[in-house]
Amino acid sequence: MSTPLKFYQVGSFAVGNRLLGDEQLSVQSRSDRTNSLTSGHRACQGCGEALGARYVMDAAMAATDGKVIAVNATGCLEVFSTPYPETSWRLPWMHSLFGNAAPVATGVAFALKAQGRSDIRVVAQGGDGGTVDIGFGPLSGMFERNDDVLYVCYDNEAYMNTGVQRSGATPPAARTNTTHAVGENPGASFTQGKNLPKIAMAHGIPYVATASVSDLHDLEEKVTKAMSMHGARYLHVLVPCPLGWGTKSEETIKLARLATESGLFPIYEAENGVITETKKIRKQVPVDEYLQIQKRFAHLFGPKGNPEIVKAIQAIADRNIAEYELLGERQ
Amino acid sequence: MLQQIEGSKAVAETIAACMPDVVCAYPISPQTHIVEALDELTRLGKIGNCQFVNVESEFSAMSVAIGASATGARTYTATASQGLLFMVEPVYNASGLGLPIVMTVANRAIGSPINIWNDQSDSMSQRDSGWIQLYAQDNQSAADLHILAFRLAEELSLPVMVCMDGFILTHAMEEIDVAEKELVTKYLPKFTPRQVLDPVDPVSIGAMVGPEAFTEVKYLGHFKQLKALEIIPELSSEFEEVFGRPAAGPDNYKGLVTKYHLEDAEVVLVALGSVLGTIKDAVDNHRKNGVKVGAMGITSFRPFPLDEVRKSLKHAQKIVVVERAFAPGIGGIVSSNIRTALSGIDIKINTVVAGLGGRPITLKSISELVDRALYGTLPDFSFMDLDVELVERELERNLLTRRSGPMAENLLKDLGTR
Repeated sequence: MSTPLKFYQVGSFAVGNRLLGDEQLSVQSRSDRTNSLTSGHRACQGCGEALGARYVMDAAMAATDGKVIAVNATGCLEVFSTPYPETSWRLPWMHSLFGNAAPVATGVAFALKAQGRSDIRVVAQGGDGGTVDIGFGPLSGMFERNDDVLYVCYDNEAYMNTGVQRSGATPPAARTNTTHAVGENPGASFTQGKNLPKIAMAHGIPYVATASVSDLHDLEEKVTKAMSMHGARYLHVLVPCPLGWGTKSEETIKLARLATESGLFPIYEAENGVITETKKIRKQVPVDEYLQIQKRFAHLFGPKGNPEIVKAIQAIADRNIAEYELLGERQ
Repeated sequence: MLQQIEGSKAVAETIAACMPDVVCAYPISPQTHIVEALDELTRLGKIGNCQFVNVESEFSAMSVAIGASATGARTYTATASQGLLFMVEPVYNASGLGLPIVMTVANRAIGSPINIWNDQSDSMSQRDSGWIQLYAQDNQSAADLHILAFRLAEELSLPVMVCMDGFILTHAMEEIDVAEKELVTKYLPKFTPRQVLDPVDPVSIGAMVGPEAFTEVKYLGHFKQLKALEIIPELSSEFEEVFGRPAAGPDNYKGLVTKYHLEDAEVVLVALGSVLGTIKDAVDNHRKNGVKVGAMGITSFRPFPLDEVRKSLKHAQKIVVVERAFAPGIGGIVSSNIRTALSGIDIKINTVVAGLGGRPITLKSISELVDRALYGTLPDFSFMDLDVELVERELERNLLTRRSGPMAENLLKDLGTR
């Protein structure tokens, strides 16, 4: 195609599938999609993780001719999808513990190798708590060994399943039930944070990417690409959580988009430890726009607000923009 | 074929003969020689297409085993001591999921104080984890029990721990008949999993279970353990037919317990593991002097063979349980199980904690136990060869000053300056 299509829905930048050629259709829009995470589960309205997981798994299934084994960490995704006997998974799926999705997936991968089943592929998935905190050591081991697993982290920036407590992925100043918005330094403290995509890249694994539920085409493409490769691969997906973030159910996609457009959540992919592609910001927004509509940041605004903290968060976004070169012409 | 071989090596070669698909391990003394040998055997292609996975922790070792087993792979790992504790969460998970993993526990003490030497505190801590636990009395049985363990695990879809005393067995050279692969293949059929992750027939394994069925899942775990009490004797006699020797070693009875001169024994010593060798020597010596002493070993500690223990011990007058672990705050672990087996029968049971952290259990000390049991001077609960003076000095220090310092360091200082 010589001229890329540029018909966008007003305000969302999402392109309607009906305007796309067959080869550009998303997996999700196809009638033969697998519905790997099928309807009827118990996720909250507007759950970013449910949306992300559905797209990830269907794309992985499409890329492997329906031969995926999924391993799940404990967390919202596991709980809302499998209260017996109502499993929503229409693919072989296993849950063991909170911190061991990566090594269980490794075990699956090695069993398949021993059995000579190179056609069956393994995807592990977990939330940010299961990934950056309790499952971090085993995940690093999986990276270091370059086990043949795609690990997907659905990052909603706190322990939502247990009722919104701080994780290593909770952003500075965010209010959670263990970082209350009271006292001298309200909300989560400004720490070094734990940038897992970067840490994954430092392992030099074949593929690392970040993605967001605000760009589901991109998410699908990244899953498809990851499934075409072997070895340890890592995909970090930002998935807003209406419950934990204090946001409207219908604004999940908007929030995910603002996180990216503000520079707080850069979207990129890397191969063998080197960034190969960065998604430029389409229309830069100040972090206020993203933060203001979330109750977890409510203490930063209004008469008793804290503009200094907002400034510090803006500085983080600015650093990301500079580091990942997020401004400029989109390809 | 008989060969002079280290216990660990014999176990590794036996595991290789069982043709596992996945072996995953994290090194910890005294388990290391087993997994080192398995790495080499895998690389040399002696175990078919077996995959050896070097993991970064015991937590991951058991997790890899869980994933592999759920994918239909025959799976093995080995650990000890702190390593077993580090993997406790997936250990319980494996039994709850009903995955037939076989694991060697090279029994070692648990810190603090850190101690690499043998006792059985590690596996005893997991007695209620839902795993079957078999204890080897010598290296021949340590090797052979692994073959039976795979058969049993896969028959019941339940994981099995084979416990062998660290160093005393793992590092001891003995004459062992390492099972030949042809015979093992005859005894141990191809693994057909009850549940398997398979794109052709997708299932959800490890889903959430609420109050409506949790009790039932747990009951079935218990039921399978009790079923093992029926199956172990069958598998044991079949083992004997195929290999020409019992899997559980000499004096074995149905693969569940061992009985040594129990017929007319007035005093019976009960123990698990390698100390049975020393105990049998003590029995022989006393028998020469006309003292009616016997010994009972427990091979299957989980499930606990209540009936066999009751039948074996009910005519005894005095029972001395020699334990390589204990439950602080109450006393014996094995002895409380023996008491359950003998409930309603009035027999004096003494608990003696022995061999903690590698302290040798000598023939002399065991013989003294028998004498004291006979004379009735043995306390209900005691520690064999306890250095009373050392303990008293520390207790005195505790009384004298609040900030008495680290206990272990104090004791070692006392020992050095005595």
